[in-house]
Amino acid sequence: MNFSFYDFTGFTQSIDQALKASMSPFWAVTIELVLVGVSILAFYALLGLFLVYWERKVCAMMQNRLGPNRVGPRGFLQTIADLIKLLLKELIFIKNADKLLFNIAPFIVIIASFMAIAAIPFAKGLHAMDFDIGIFYILAVSSLGVVGILIGGWSSNNKYSLIGAMRSGAQIVSYELSVGLTLLSVVVLAGTMQLSEIVESQRDAWWIMKGHIPVWIAFVIFLIASTAETNRGPFDLAEAESELTAGFHTEYSGIKFAFFFLAEYMNMFIVASMATTVFLGGWMPLHFWGLTGFNEIMDFIPPFIWFFAKVFFVIFVMMWFKWTFPRLRIDQLLQLEWKYLLPLSLVNLLIIAFIAMMGWHF
Amino acid sequence: MSVNQIMFILFASIIVIFSILTVSSKRILRSALYLLFVLVSTAGLYFMMNYNFLAAVQITLYAGGIVVLIIFSVLLTSRINDRFASVKPAKAISTVIVTAIGAFVSISSILQHNFVPAAGVEPISTDVKMVGMQLLGYGTNGYALPFEVISVLLLASMIGAIIIAKKKLD
Repeated sequence: MNFSFYDFTGFTQSIDQALKASMSPFWAVTIELVLVGVSILAFYALLGLFLVYWERKVCAMMQNRLGPNRVGPRGFLQTIADLIKLLLKELIFIKNADKLLFNIAPFIVIIASFMAIAAIPFAKGLHAMDFDIGIFYILAVSSLGVVGILIGGWSSNNKYSLIGAMRSGAQIVSYELSVGLTLLSVVVLAGTMQLSEIVESQRDAWWIMKGHIPVWIAFVIFLIASTAETNRGPFDLAEAESELTAGFHTEYSGIKFAFFFLAEYMNMFIVASMATTVFLGGWMPLHFWGLTGFNEIMDFIPPFIWFFAKVFFVIFVMMWFKWTFPRLRIDQLLQLEWKYLLPLSLVNLLIIAFIAMMGWHF
Repeated sequence: MSVNQIMFILFASIIVIFSILTVSSKRILRSALYLLFVLVSTAGLYFMMNYNFLAAVQITLYAGGIVVLIIFSVLLTSRINDRFASVKPAKAISTVIVTAIGAFVSISSILQHNFVPAAGVEPISTDVKMVGMQLLGYGTNGYALPFEVISVLLLASMIGAIIIAKKKLD
């Protein structure tokens, strides 16, 4: 077994060959499916727990407090204690709710984010599915989550939930356009939608360095639009606690509430890893033209550390947004998208297409 | 039985069961959800055929677009306790007979057809580049004209929708 932190291809292939050599192809494929599924599921849960803890720490830092600091060292086990509490809580059933839809809604939200996470390249060879339409696939499956939010809000039979669901639906459907257009601008430059090839195209330098000012504009628009798409502050109108109690998940309790909560954090992770993969070079190390010695030192750091460092940087920026900007009104929110971001990203896409056509990018 | 066969049977049975539930459910939002399951399983069939682009289009347009639109309009118009009225027995029986005849005709014609694996034919590449080239190509196998005609149609309907929705300025 040739294991290396720099290239996981050999490691995964040796597992594949060992399985195929010892049993029939049917069972080999089944066991591989189970292995990949369980490892992604475990990763999903652990990362969700960590992100909740980190968000509370960042929030505390912004507000000049300490944050969780009693359970475990530096409060590190706080979210695990919270999870146990949520697991033990009673699941309350609403008398006049549509029970089937009410119960199914959290699963739709969480399955949508679970499907998206499978296509993210974590490091070389550490990539569950490498579609030729990678970016398009992630956009497609992450647009399924809104169905769960709408259904959950409606079936609670509660006016706050319904208003929250309608707001979040309008918001997600409109901000999806900007997200798609800004991702498309890098697809135009890279000439492919396959995520592994987009990462590979950034071997010499990341797209944010190679693509001049238009890619910077695309990156900023992507950050704004994707923060809105994940229903996070300052765009968290769907659950605006000062007016709607908790928005679409007002009536959910216990582990079903935790599903919505977890899905929000994982959507943030997915969005941040899209930003990393497309704009910030994925798992490629930081390189500068000409500085050979510096580049070799950077090459020494394993790819997955680069990937997670960049992802956590983007997540930190999104948390920074949440705890520093005041919440927008619904009309301001829709105006921002339809009157400013969408025209800007369309013109920007046109400029980038022109740059790509003339070959002006590096 | 191979993995592919198991997956096909799974998707096919989801499509059949939820298609029937979509038209027979008495609550409109449940129908919309069942329709979502049918559309996503159809996308799964496309994934099985390695036509990833069409599968992603299916999910974006139908599941992410049309079903969301349907749910939106249901949210605005119906209440949680609304139910469709029961169908009269005579109508139900006639519907069952018509569907049974339709199913019999199509299934029997499919079973009678002798499917032979195509020999000596190059499989058509379905990657995004090929699809894009064909969609905007104007040579042989190009679809530039229908593509442009559809975009004009979409633009016209978009302007029409805006004019209908616009408030009168007075």
